[in-house]
Amino acid sequence: MDDDSGAVRRSPWATAALAAIPLSFLGAFFIWPVASILVTGLFPGGSFDAAPFREVLTDSNLLGVAWFTLWQAAVSTVLTLVVALPGAYVFARFEFPGKRLLRAAATVPFVLPTVVVGTAFLALVGNNGLLGVRLDGTIWAILAAHVFFNYAVVLRTVGGLWSHLDPALEDAARSLGASRWRAFTRVTLPLLRPAIAAAASIVFLFTFTSFGVILILGGPGLATLEVEIYRQAKQLLDLPVAAVLALIQMLGVTAILTTYSRHQERSAVEQHLRPAAEVATRPRTRGQRVLVTGVLTSMALLLGGPIAVLVERSLHGEAGYGFGFYRALGQGSRTGARIVDPLRAVGNSASFALVATGIALLVGLCAAAVIARRRGQLSRWFDTLLMLPLGTSAVTIGFGFLVALDAPIDLRAAWILIPLAHALVAVPFVVRAVVPVMRSVRQRLREAAAVLGAAPHRVWREVDLPLVARATAVGAGFAFAVSLGEFGATSLIARPASSQTVPLAIYRFLGQPGTLNFGRAMAMSVILMAVTATSVFLIERFRTPGPGAF
Amino acid sequence: MLAVLDVTVRFSETSALDAVSFSVADGEVLAVLGPSGSGKTTLLRAVAGLQPLDSGRITWDGGDLSGVPTHRRNFGLMFQDFALFPHLDVAGNVAFGLRMQGVPPKERRRTTTEALERVELPGFENRTIATLSGGEAQRVALARALAPGPRMLLLDEPLGSLDRALRERLSVELRTLLERLQITALYVTHDQTEAFTLADRVAVLNRGSILQIGTAEGVWSQPASETVARFLGLRNLLPGSIEGSWAATAIGAVPAPRGANDGPARLIVRPEAFSIDDRGTIEGVVRSRLFRGTDYLVEIEAGGTVIEALLRRAPEPGSKVRLAVEPGGVSALAAPAVAGGANVSSGPAPPPEPRAG
Repeated sequence: MDDDSGAVRRSPWATAALAAIPLSFLGAFFIWPVASILVTGLFPGGSFDAAPFREVLTDSNLLGVAWFTLWQAAVSTVLTLVVALPGAYVFARFEFPGKRLLRAAATVPFVLPTVVVGTAFLALVGNNGLLGVRLDGTIWAILAAHVFFNYAVVLRTVGGLWSHLDPALEDAARSLGASRWRAFTRVTLPLLRPAIAAAASIVFLFTFTSFGVILILGGPGLATLEVEIYRQAKQLLDLPVAAVLALIQMLGVTAILTTYSRHQERSAVEQHLRPAAEVATRPRTRGQRVLVTGVLTSMALLLGGPIAVLVERSLHGEAGYGFGFYRALGQGSRTGARIVDPLRAVGNSASFALVATGIALLVGLCAAAVIARRRGQLSRWFDTLLMLPLGTSAVTIGFGFLVALDAPIDLRAAWILIPLAHALVAVPFVVRAVVPVMRSVRQRLREAAAVLGAAPHRVWREVDLPLVARATAVGAGFAFAVSLGEFGATSLIARPASSQTVPLAIYRFLGQPGTLNFGRAMAMSVILMAVTATSVFLIERFRTPGPGAF
Repeated sequence: MLAVLDVTVRFSETSALDAVSFSVADGEVLAVLGPSGSGKTTLLRAVAGLQPLDSGRITWDGGDLSGVPTHRRNFGLMFQDFALFPHLDVAGNVAFGLRMQGVPPKERRRTTTEALERVELPGFENRTIATLSGGEAQRVALARALAPGPRMLLLDEPLGSLDRALRERLSVELRTLLERLQITALYVTHDQTEAFTLADRVAVLNRGSILQIGTAEGVWSQPASETVARFLGLRNLLPGSIEGSWAATAIGAVPAPRGANDGPARLIVRPEAFSIDDRGTIEGVVRSRLFRGTDYLVEIEAGGTVIEALLRRAPEPGSKVRLAVEPGGVSALAAPAVAGGANVSSGPAPPPEPRAG
């Protein structure tokens, strides 16, 4: 029987009312800004004008930016796959002590704010860096940071499927005369292809729209479209050109996503998956032990190294080790014309994150209720619509806010735009966390509550809400972490000082001369990293299902 | 009094319920007996207000319930899988309905304790749902349904998921409880023993239609149709001709049902009515035998017809036996017109039994 039958079924009006909140949120803060970018780029003077387009397409500088964006993303993706696939294999096929913890730790770089990643690599290979080699301003630093940042995507996506792949298939190929290598390329690799394609698409998307890392490590010479949009909009104040660049980037993103989903549909192979515990074994031969040790060591160096160096640099003052840079955060730091107030930034970040989490929960829970209750085309369409902001780059969202929402909103209230932009990015995380649990709430329980006298709204409060509370907490944790680390959109929307966030403050410190400012940037990055990592570990804890029916 | 009047429910073109009518008097327990897919769960959901009707009416004391949503009907419903709230403890589950009624906490606690004592689970208040055994969960579900004082109790195969020994014990307990509470109840099951144990009256439902409705003894001794007889497990259906106190059938002469008129009739001979008797009227050959513990289920071919008999001892397959039939073990199928208001229309193929969740 249909899941939503009977008296507990929400009337179409109730569903419409529930859908109204996410729809108006998306309409006002996503569709309207994106439409405004379209208008700014194509109709700069009120009527259609191809001049900005022509300007972009004839400017060899801008074309160079587009080309750089494309090839650095391609190279980053290939490099990440090459570096992370052995890790995925080791995690999928071998059992070793501390595996769970290591897997969680390997995820930390992925959730780090991009500003922190950029800063960590500056600490490693920048001016005054630990290695003593200057690589900032070169493609090498960018590629290294991209591999560091996206390693977990491959580890989780490919390793996730690999750990369930039946080893008997490879054994069968071997018994049929295939060498180890041929068994891998002819059997395992084709079966892993959907996961590899998914991971590659995600990595490509992230590096294609890379902003914070490139802004910090790319120096004046290297820029992606994302960085260029920011420069044109914020520094050169050429909104039409920024809009055209944003449109080109959106087209690129759409192309990537379309190719990805087409490929996923075609390459989906039904396969018999095995529980991960049955697949993984302890390393037995000497070769296996060498492989596991080698991979884990290189992982520790690659993923742990930059973080360790960041912490080391933040403690390494002019007069030896100590908390000098941390203490300096609390002191007045009005050096020069640019005002950076670290304490205020921390306060801002915390309150923005709280407000953004609140908005994301309100919008996300309403949306999840609609998606979970209704099945079929409409629900899928709604789901996709909600995911769109995630595929749209952060700078584009910020830029959209800038052109669409700046004028009509009173400047004193403009701070609300920052948590709104954060919530836009965070809503998909809340929806993803809550929908599966909501769907799993058995219709019987709702009916039981109704029979016992609970009116529909009461059913929701008494049955659905308590059961999805845990998933809601996970969603809230994600929203909070996303908001804390958000840099791209904030950098365009935030006014100096009054609404500065921690990532912005770090970037400002990096842009100012002097060891003290550099040290402060390191110290703030460490604090931000600690807070983000803590919230991610809390999320992981909440995720483990407790005792009970599910 | 509950009245179900010409109720029809369709699932994508097929009827789950086809113009079903019956009533349940105050304090009466009516069992709806039917195979899976017969529409009995749909019927219960319709009465509870969980399933919208395509046509027909359901009334309580003459008042139409069609505009009354589930949560205002005040019917207690016990689900087959119990549907206990996993996020609440036992007390939270039992007190749920009282809380919805706005009963103050103190009274709520007292009523909850009473309800748990009534189902013989005193002191279970703080137990979590996950720690309950099947029988305990069943009692908690019953306590939860009873605690708010419903005007009627709806039970959907409440013993269906329990093992057989527990099921038999609990069905007797349930009967005692229902009698003591004098509560009106509609009980849905596919198990005839359960239906006959618990109910004052039994309705046999098949393919969305009620085939027969009557007292437990009446339905058992006078099946209205072949379908009912087969559903009750009576397979010895023999066309015959009644003359006085005997009836001639293909297997031989059997005692005529009491009060039957002379002439052609369709007769049912109960398997337990046979006994091995040298002076018996039936001669046959044992085809197979199945030891069942207390007795044997024996297939015997007599006069070209295979019959089933329950015998204390059974000869080897292939051996000849002579059987006698005790007089009370034969009944005649009632003609459809006199089958106690039964509805013998055969609807289209039934849809799968709805099982939400």
